[in-house]
Amino acid sequence: MRIERPAVAGTLESSDAMVTVEPGEGLSLELASSVMNTYGRQIKETVLETLKRLGVEDCFISVVDKGALDCTIKARVECAVFRSCGLSEKDIPWGGEVR
Amino acid sequence: MKNAVGRDIPEFLLKDGKEVYQGKNYMDGKFIKKASPTTRRYEKPQESKIVGTIADALKLCGAKSGMTFSFHHHLRDGDYVVNMVMKAAIEELGLEDMTIAATSLGAAHDPIAEYIEQGKVVGIQTSGIRGRMGEVVSAGKLKTPAVIRSHGGRPRAIEAGEVHIDIAFIAAPTSDCVGNCRGIGGKSDCGSMGYAMTDARYADRVVVVTDCLVDFPNMPASIEAIDVDAVVVTDSIGDPKKIASAAARISQNPRDLMMAEDVAKVIASTPYFRDGFSFQTGVGGPSLAANLFLEKFMDEKGIKMGWSIGGICGPMVELLKKGKVGKIIDVQDFDLDAVRSINRTPGHYEMSASQYADPANKGAFVNKLDFVVLAALEIDTDFNVNVLTGSDGVLRGAPGGHPDTAAGSKCCVIVTPLIRGRMATVCEHVVTVTTPGDCVDVLVTDYGIAVNPLRPDLIECLDRAGIKHVPIEELKEKAYSIVGRPDELQWEDRVVAVLEARDGTILDVVRKIKPYTAD
Repeated sequence: MRIERPAVAGTLESSDAMVTVEPGEGLSLELASSVMNTYGRQIKETVLETLKRLGVEDCFISVVDKGALDCTIKARVECAVFRSCGLSEKDIPWGGEVR
Repeated sequence: MKNAVGRDIPEFLLKDGKEVYQGKNYMDGKFIKKASPTTRRYEKPQESKIVGTIADALKLCGAKSGMTFSFHHHLRDGDYVVNMVMKAAIEELGLEDMTIAATSLGAAHDPIAEYIEQGKVVGIQTSGIRGRMGEVVSAGKLKTPAVIRSHGGRPRAIEAGEVHIDIAFIAAPTSDCVGNCRGIGGKSDCGSMGYAMTDARYADRVVVVTDCLVDFPNMPASIEAIDVDAVVVTDSIGDPKKIASAAARISQNPRDLMMAEDVAKVIASTPYFRDGFSFQTGVGGPSLAANLFLEKFMDEKGIKMGWSIGGICGPMVELLKKGKVGKIIDVQDFDLDAVRSINRTPGHYEMSASQYADPANKGAFVNKLDFVVLAALEIDTDFNVNVLTGSDGVLRGAPGGHPDTAAGSKCCVIVTPLIRGRMATVCEHVVTVTTPGDCVDVLVTDYGIAVNPLRPDLIECLDRAGIKHVPIEELKEKAYSIVGRPDELQWEDRVVAVLEARDGTILDVVRKIKPYTAD
């Protein structure tokens, strides 16, 4: 998938994460987390895996995590990516690219 | 050297007779030689001890660089006195190399972080350390490791001469002109002044700071004029709104209530739940709510609580007024209902920190305690509890009376949600051991109850009452299945804080945290 315009998903509430994607060349991740020392590595892995699954190769992505669980992080990344290319309105591939 | 809770204590700390933690009651039966202060004689009749400013009081008391000043934390997050005194000492008198020995420090004391960074404050001894101060100490900016003690460990250390207080500062809601102080009757009332009592008796010099001067004699006094050198009257010693909350409210959160009910069930299943039993609880959500359910069980069984101790708040005072608890003995007050009640409601008494929890005196209240209900930041599969460091390894808590009441009580119940955000409360190894597992008996979480295998008698009680419980490992695995297994924290060698067990042995150390990269 191609990131066409900047898009945001999520909030800064506790146990959530705010994910912002923007068009970019290659993958570049900016990560801030309230549980950085213990889960920073795993959050990074989750974000990159999710992007890979969605076939996103070029993207600047920023994640501000407030202690979200893995499932939340995945959902926020998926949502931001779908919004960025206008695919979040309908026909979301539940069980396909989105799981 | 490894101690009894498996923590590696660096050799350089084991000097002058300091030992590593050896287990509960290791010091029982040993003797201590009590320290004695060097105090000035006031033989000549004196009309008043009032001096103009804090700086005047410091000069009168011969304040010098390198001294240890002590403070107490009854004014909690509203306290102005620590900052006021340190500012006068450092900025007006130009003193350096100062040590602050406080019963606790909190959010009100962020300005002290600046003096630590400037190298003017070189030592911190406290129970609580939070906010900016926690961050700068964790970053290794304090010249000597901070020493963290429980509320009972501190008076023990003072009495044993391990902490020598040069000047003690008493934040007094009311005082007369010679220094008889009370915690009530002024505009910044805090109720009990229990934590300050040992300080006043063992410091060389004692300065009272008050914002409400009352007629002599201010009786019955919590701190007596016989121990006081000088009285300073200022506009305000604290922000009343932050000293005592309007009223500690019992949580309506269904998860808290569910856990609180389980706590009460566990308590009611033990043989210690009989007429005249004794009880302490914290003011955290589920701990405080346990009061509510306990009352139900007491009514059902037709029994009353004999006495309750600790930090006191409204709901406990309510029980006293209803005649459901015989006496409250109070070291600190958390809300206005408790502040207004102490020494006024019949049966509501004040006590010193030593009387409350000191393991080296001859009769601390905690040693007669049946139940204590406590919270935890983390608890590991050996039942060791951490209430000091966050999951990022930064100092942001306080052992308080936790280790003292856990050790003294017959049944110590820890109540905590299994996870908080992405943090597993039940974990493999706590970041810092503040209360050793051999003092903790039952864990109640929202996902189940676990009993320490060291207490087969309690396991039997729960089984007999039909209360389901699981091995603590199961709770840990449940937590990790939700949040994932955390990476180990990465530390540098530098020790930034030493955690003393209540008996004075070394329970754990906190090291400087390594900057983290996700790569």
